[in-house]
Amino acid sequence: MTDEPLLRVSALSKFYGSRVGCDNVSFDLWPGEVLAVVGESGSGKTTLLNCLSTRLLPSSGTASYRMRDGQFRELYRMSEAERRFLMRTDWGFVHQNPADGLRMTVSAGANVGERLMAVGDRHYGKIRATAVDWLSRVEIEEDRIDDEPRAFSGGMRQRLQIARNLVTGPRLVFMDEPTGGLDVSVQARLLDLLRGLVTDLGLAAIVVTHDLAVARLLSQRMMVMKDGRVVESGLTDRVLDDPRAPYTQLLVSSILQV
Amino acid sequence: MTDIATYNFAYLDEQTKRMIRRAILKGIAIPGYQVPFASREMPMPYGWGTGGVQVTASIIGPDDVLKVIDQGADDTTNAVSIRAFFKKVANVAVTTDTATATIIQTRHRIPEHPLTAGQVLVYQVPIPEPLRFLEPRETETRKMHALEEYGLMHVKLYEDIAKHGRIATTYAYPVKVEGRYVMDPSPTPKFDNPKMHRSPALQLFGAGREKRIYAVPPFTDVVSLDFEDHPFEVQTFDQPCALCAAENVYLDEVILDDHGGHMFVCSDTDHCEKRRADGHRGHLAPETTEPAQ
Repeated sequence: MTDEPLLRVSALSKFYGSRVGCDNVSFDLWPGEVLAVVGESGSGKTTLLNCLSTRLLPSSGTASYRMRDGQFRELYRMSEAERRFLMRTDWGFVHQNPADGLRMTVSAGANVGERLMAVGDRHYGKIRATAVDWLSRVEIEEDRIDDEPRAFSGGMRQRLQIARNLVTGPRLVFMDEPTGGLDVSVQARLLDLLRGLVTDLGLAAIVVTHDLAVARLLSQRMMVMKDGRVVESGLTDRVLDDPRAPYTQLLVSSILQV
Repeated sequence: MTDIATYNFAYLDEQTKRMIRRAILKGIAIPGYQVPFASREMPMPYGWGTGGVQVTASIIGPDDVLKVIDQGADDTTNAVSIRAFFKKVANVAVTTDTATATIIQTRHRIPEHPLTAGQVLVYQVPIPEPLRFLEPRETETRKMHALEEYGLMHVKLYEDIAKHGRIATTYAYPVKVEGRYVMDPSPTPKFDNPKMHRSPALQLFGAGREKRIYAVPPFTDVVSLDFEDHPFEVQTFDQPCALCAAENVYLDEVILDDHGGHMFVCSDTDHCEKRRADGHRGHLAPETTEPAQ
């Protein structure tokens, strides 16, 4: 493993007029590391994620990403063409609602193949073989390859979205509530799958969630946000077992015990 | 007899023609790029060629010879009306002969007779955006063109092969112009796509409702998109034209009766008539031409 981070974020702030989206967030993300961002709704998690994935421009602060050639590039100074290229090759973005991240009117195979075609793959047979391979890795049967995602259940759609994002072998994946809206047994299988993929592929990921159990299962490190600020960060187990900030203590003690 | 005096030459006012010519020049300078223009109301409904008519009106001069075809035919309502329109408002000579025309306005065909340098082919375009049915947002499609992100276009072709085993798109088949912009060649059959490649004639495209003009200058590369293992191919017909026995031309199916009788004839009526005049006979051609009464 290298001793240089993949992503360096420093003093990132986003204001919506006088309202705070996220304020003065700094952290480093290392290759292969999963960072969970937790907090209640409205705490700025998604704003932070959107800024990092360059879907939003921050009001101030910087984020630099180590490209495949080892050079750090300032994300907000790249041209839009470079940013979009990065987003469809080296990055992935898993939306909470799969309909936002999938093309609902084209088949599952084309959904997975789109990124390959976008980077210049022009061999139908190879694209299809890769799609079949990825569908099996996310536990979707091969005979569903020509079905539209509309015909898929929520859990299958989410798995398809993951396959679509991982097909170009990204190094960094952003996930916004990847298990939101799924029932618990489907959630469990999805988490299991995600955990397997992340370890197998050595992915770095930033996972936004309000579900502390998801954070505990997936992540090694955790940031707790409130009102746009990071109130506590550290190793996931440490934060959850020994919360220091009063807000984190409240959050951890609010988990329903079954 | 001053019918024409009530109109400006070629119907449009000079300012409008100037604006459209600027759009055309920009389109020629950036082959395949869709130039927005302030499309005018024309005395015909959208979908009947308002874009093509505006382009023709802006480039036509008193010495031009105009031909108008609709699906290859010179004698259909749309073609006849537009020809009559320009005869009236521009007082120009009109013809059905492809070789002598200087401007050919077309709806969905390229004539079979090869075009030559100096001719202008004006297409009527209903939907200029090739990515439209894949990405409904105009802001997004313009960005995709700007950044040359055309992966989505291949998604459509992929879907075709997945569903039908081959690329089943037969008209409005997407092309890449001069290695840069992906362009909708208007709903011409893909049979005509190879004719656009390095054509000596200037090709102009007008979409009136969508307010876009684009162009392919003479001798420009126009390449149909495909996959390495599913290359582009045009339609083939297993029989020649029933009237003039032409092969390797685009044929229309014509229903003859309500018992399933049908024949295939040239879609390009001018081409078919010329061949018959030269003595070519298909299997359904009348035995002898009836003597003039």
